[in-house]
Amino acid sequence: MSACTALPDAFLPARGQREVFCGLTGIVWLHRKIQDAFFLVVGSRTCAHLLQSAAGVMIFAEPRFATAIIEERDLAGRADADAELDRVVAALLARRPDIRLLFLVGSCPSEVIKLDLGRAAARLDRSCAPGVRVLSWSGSGIETTFTEGEDACLAALVPELPAAAGDAAPSLLVAGALAEVVEDQMARLFAAIGIAPVRFLPPRRATALPPVGPQTRVLLAQPWLAATARALGERGAKVIPAPFPLGAEGTQLWLAAAAAAFGIAPARVVQVTAPAMARAQQALAPHRARLAGQRVFLFPDSQIEVPLARFLARELGMAPVEIGTPYLHRFHLAPELALLGEGAPVREDQDVERQLDRCRAARPDLVVCGLGLANPLEAEGMATKWSIELVFTPIQGFEQAGDLAHLFARPLDRRARLRV
Amino acid sequence: MQLSFWTYEGPPHVGAMRVAAAMRDVHYVLHAPQGDTYADLLFTMIERRASRPPVTYTTFRARDLGADTASLFKDAVRDAYARFRPQALLVGASCTAELIQDDPGGLARALGLPVPVVALELPAYQRKENWGAAETFYQLVRACAGPPGPRPARPAGVLPCCNLLGPASLGFRHRDDVTEIAGLLAGLGIGVNVVAPLDASPADLARLRDADFNVVLYPEIADTAARWLERSFGQPTVRTVPIGVAATRAFIAEIAAVAGVDPEGSLRTDECRLPWFSRSVDSTYLTGKRVFVFGDATHAIAAARIADGELGFDVVGLGSYSREFARDLRAAAAELGLDPLITDDMAEVEARIVALQPELVLGTQMERHVAKRLGIPCAVISAPVHVQDFPARRAPQMGFEGANVLFDTCVQPLMMGLEEHLLTMFREDFEFRDDAPPSHLGAAAPPPPPTMSQPLSASSLRWAPEAERELGKVPFFVRGKARRNTERFAAERGLSAITVETLYDAKAHFAH
Repeated sequence: MSACTALPDAFLPARGQREVFCGLTGIVWLHRKIQDAFFLVVGSRTCAHLLQSAAGVMIFAEPRFATAIIEERDLAGRADADAELDRVVAALLARRPDIRLLFLVGSCPSEVIKLDLGRAAARLDRSCAPGVRVLSWSGSGIETTFTEGEDACLAALVPELPAAAGDAAPSLLVAGALAEVVEDQMARLFAAIGIAPVRFLPPRRATALPPVGPQTRVLLAQPWLAATARALGERGAKVIPAPFPLGAEGTQLWLAAAAAAFGIAPARVVQVTAPAMARAQQALAPHRARLAGQRVFLFPDSQIEVPLARFLARELGMAPVEIGTPYLHRFHLAPELALLGEGAPVREDQDVERQLDRCRAARPDLVVCGLGLANPLEAEGMATKWSIELVFTPIQGFEQAGDLAHLFARPLDRRARLRV
Repeated sequence: MQLSFWTYEGPPHVGAMRVAAAMRDVHYVLHAPQGDTYADLLFTMIERRASRPPVTYTTFRARDLGADTASLFKDAVRDAYARFRPQALLVGASCTAELIQDDPGGLARALGLPVPVVALELPAYQRKENWGAAETFYQLVRACAGPPGPRPARPAGVLPCCNLLGPASLGFRHRDDVTEIAGLLAGLGIGVNVVAPLDASPADLARLRDADFNVVLYPEIADTAARWLERSFGQPTVRTVPIGVAATRAFIAEIAAVAGVDPEGSLRTDECRLPWFSRSVDSTYLTGKRVFVFGDATHAIAAARIADGELGFDVVGLGSYSREFARDLRAAAAELGLDPLITDDMAEVEARIVALQPELVLGTQMERHVAKRLGIPCAVISAPVHVQDFPARRAPQMGFEGANVLFDTCVQPLMMGLEEHLLTMFREDFEFRDDAPPSHLGAAAPPPPPTMSQPLSASSLRWAPEAERELGKVPFFVRGKARRNTERFAAERGLSAITVETLYDAKAHFAH
């Protein structure tokens, strides 16, 4: 089934202004996910301002991230970068003695001035041993877009994972940060299906890294983990091709793909998931009645757009007008693209001005876009859904399928209620 | 390198955006990587702006660095001009583009566009947001105001008029202040020639010279431009910032003197409730409340003076992150006999609040969070702003209505008089205990963390259990101070154990 509307444009990558976050933004959820990790961005005041603006809602808690702001004297060579980093890291660890894993995170300025954070991390790793591990990754906007920061972070963790024993039985590694409630649900489902052991990356504590080896099967929970998947492959692990666990259908196919890799019959998955599947269908039904036939336009944001459009089209009957994505990883998304069908209006990369022109011309019923565009489009009379909520809220799995649909129904519901 | 957990100001190009976004018919082309587009959401979300800020980013990537970022920039300028047709174009670089040294000004000028191109040099590794806003506004004024020269004398019978300078996007209640001050000026018979940058176009900037004088509402943004206008067109500058009753009266007097009008009618403060509210007996409980003030220089200085002279508080600390106006803040702190705190390190501000143990914090959103953690009432009086600082109602800080707003702002977070007395009398009531939040603030507020009453010094003094219990009856916001004073008193006298007697001896000793 394909509910997509064809567009006359050729779907070639666009090239113009991109209206997306850089990879540093991933710190906003990663610093809550790995509870004993700290993220030290080596960057500019802009990086610090970005993090605090993106994380504004979470300011209530002491953050487990900070910025070492590069100053004029660092650029002019009057300060020794190693000495400066040592000083900043010492101050930080004195303030947060509970930290077991410190990430030095590269930024646009640190990349451009070619600050070697990998080497700095290796040096600090030796001097902070054994209490604190120090690793590095880059969230720079010249190399990473939004969720690619999580990819870079997890890829940096992969070489640190302990090697699974040579005679270890096959195990499942679920890669990609999931809300804890979702992770727990998935763990129960895997257990009921008969897949064991199951481990998650990132772990909740940096001191509990999952082992990896040739017997490890990797199931991606998020579509943006190209580098992580590659790094796990280098450790001998094998990625299980699967759609992503969005919606009832997506979740069941995701679990079934894992089961197949462990030689478990599809009937077993259907049997185990039947109650959850029925609940999800029940939760989706009212939203489907509201959303079926509605035309939706997705601006590129996190790479979740293709799996999301598949869910909106197949499970809610919506009609995607344009599916923008900052990057299309054709291998990991092959099962999704197959479900979406031929001719789906997937569009890689971005030229925000032309995209806005197309969006205005198409007059969709709902626009999925970032926070910089949402209010202006609302003011133009379009209903919008903030895409950042798709990264910050538990949306995966059977029990969240209704919540995910509700995110899209709510803007339309709200417009129907208001009489001002 | 500077370790920063939270920052009061963004980078200087965000200041430039605040000026561009406040104006009409201006467009800013910023040489910057994609991540810098986060700044759009400051405007669309915090200010609930209904259109995108007028900014185009080149969003260059690593692979462009080896190739030709300069032509990428030129294409972006050309496309932005064709699409938006601004009256003036701002061009510049963010922190990363500053490092690749593409010369945005030269590249843009080479395109020969038919509008003024203002090249902004905003050193991102030295300067910050407010400086960036001030520099941008100054460069725009210089580019648009026309050649320096004397102004023709105002013909007899024509009302005097002035420019209101400084209000910008993401300012703390700037839009409401402008309405308030324009009304006040109208009452004096003075017209407003141009308000800038807020809602002004480059064409409006060309009319700045027509005013008799300039009013600097926010020196952090308008001081540099006002000095240039004073030098170039001989326009006097009114610098009193009208926040608070006394300051508003001083502002009116200064305006009247510069404009040559009679201030008497406007100096009457019938509309202003603050003076009577402060004198009414209900406000007695405000007397001597210990207040810590932090913010941008303008708002912090004003809040400290109001807290001291108009609310009868005891200002125990005053600070600002505005290094450019450190001198003004030091002078204001000296007036109040205080040690000023000039810092942009929130950890340092937090440490000062912990050390001073105030009963009320007047600060920014950052201090609000610190105060919340410490269980101290707090009101926000300064940028950096949050969506809550753009209330639906009109809520100016300036003028007599602004003073009314500030009375409410400063008083409402506090416990009301009788509630506080009852707490002191019935300290052991299990539902009415002193670590419960004030009832009008709701039950959700967290209890103060235990650190506030923990011994702050590692001393060998032993507290007798009954003395410890008695200390628990001291209101939480002074408990830490009572503990420290008692320990100091005991230590000075060589006591090894603290009894109930020691506690009250110390209380008598330090009561003066």
